[in-house]
Amino acid sequence: MSNHTSTPAPHILPLRLYLGVGAALLFLTVLTVIVSQIPLGGWNLVVALAIASVKALLVVSFFMHLYYDHKLYFIIFSIGVLTLSVFIVLTMFDTLERGAVYDIKARPINPKAAMYDKPNFQSHGDTTKANGFAIPIDSGTTKRDSAGQANPSGY
Amino acid sequence: MFDAAAGHPAHLQHHFSDSEQQASASKLGMWLFLLTEMLLFGGLFAAYSIYRAWNPEMFYEAHKQLNIYLGMINTIVLISSSVTMALAIRSTQLSNRKLTVRFLVATLLFAAVFLVIKYLEYHHKFELGQLPGKYYTFTGLQGTNPHIFFSIYFMMTGLHGIHVIGGMGVISWMLYRTKRSQFSPAYYTPLEMTGLYWHLVDLIWIFLFPLLYLIG
Repeated sequence: MSNHTSTPAPHILPLRLYLGVGAALLFLTVLTVIVSQIPLGGWNLVVALAIASVKALLVVSFFMHLYYDHKLYFIIFSIGVLTLSVFIVLTMFDTLERGAVYDIKARPINPKAAMYDKPNFQSHGDTTKANGFAIPIDSGTTKRDSAGQANPSGY
Repeated sequence: MFDAAAGHPAHLQHHFSDSEQQASASKLGMWLFLLTEMLLFGGLFAAYSIYRAWNPEMFYEAHKQLNIYLGMINTIVLISSSVTMALAIRSTQLSNRKLTVRFLVATLLFAAVFLVIKYLEYHHKFELGQLPGKYYTFTGLQGTNPHIFFSIYFMMTGLHGIHVIGGMGVISWMLYRTKRSQFSPAYYTPLEMTGLYWHLVDLIWIFLFPLLYLIG
C-alpha cells in the first residue's frame, strides 16, 4: 500500500512489465492449443486447467495489481476462488455418485427433435415414456458399467 | 481541480477523510462486485462440470463442432485488449491524456473484433441448428442429448458476451471523461475500476476457451 500522504502518488508499473506479461499470456494461449492436440488421456484437462490457472494468476497479479495492492483485496479474491472450489467439488461428490443410489437411464429430453429421426440413431434408454422425467446422462457414467466403455475424452 | 470553498480536491466526496480513503473504499466495493461476478459465472462452471462428467463422450464429440482457431484468435484479441486497458491506466498515471485516449480506443476496437468473431461463430451454429435445448435441430452428432453441450456453450459464451458489451459501454464512458480532462494522476479511480472489470471479463474467457474449445 502507498504511503499516507494527502495526494497519494500512483503506483506506476514499468511498461516492460505489462508487455512482458502480455507476451507470456499469448505464449501460454498458443501452448495450450498445441498441448490440446496431443492425446494425453485424462491429463489433457489437467494440463489445460493448469495453464489457464497460470494465465489467470498473471492477469490477477499484474493487470489487476493484486501483487502490489493491500492484502485485503487478495483475500476477497481468494474467498471467491475457495467458495467456487467448495461449491463445484461438493456438487461433483453428489452428482458423480448418484448411479450408486438410483437406476439411471438416459432418455431424450425432446423426443420429437430432428436428431432422433435418423434411422441409425442409437437411443440409450427407454424412449416410450420419453415425455416423463428425463435424466440426461450417458449410460456409461454409472458405476456399474463405466469400466467397460471406450472413452475418447479420457474420463 | 481544487475546490477552494470546500477546502479539498473537487473529486473528494465529503464523507471521506482523504483521497486515499476514497480510492480504497471504491476498490473494496469493486472487488466485492467482482466476487459476485465470479460466483455468477461459477454457477455455470458448476453446470458445465456436472454435465461434462455425466456425458464425457458427448462433450468430446460436440466440442469438435467449435472452431479452435476462431477461439484462439478471440483469446489473443481479448488478452491484447487487456494489455491496452492496463496501458491506458498507466498513461493516465503519467498524465498523458492523448495516449490514454488512444489505448482506450484500441481496447474498444479489440472488444469489437472479439464480438464480430463471436457473431460469425454464432451465425454458423444458428445456420446448422446447433442451438440450445429444444431448438437443437442438427443431425450430424451421435450420442445422447448433444444439445446439452450447446445449451451450456451458448449460456456461458452468451453471458460473457453480454459482459463484453457492457464493458464496451463503460470504456466508452471513460473515453468521454478522459477527453473532458476529468482524470489526473491524483484521481483516476473510475478508470482503474473499469480496468479491473475488463480484466475479469478477460479472466473468465481464459477459462472458457480451454473448457469449451480444447476438450482433449
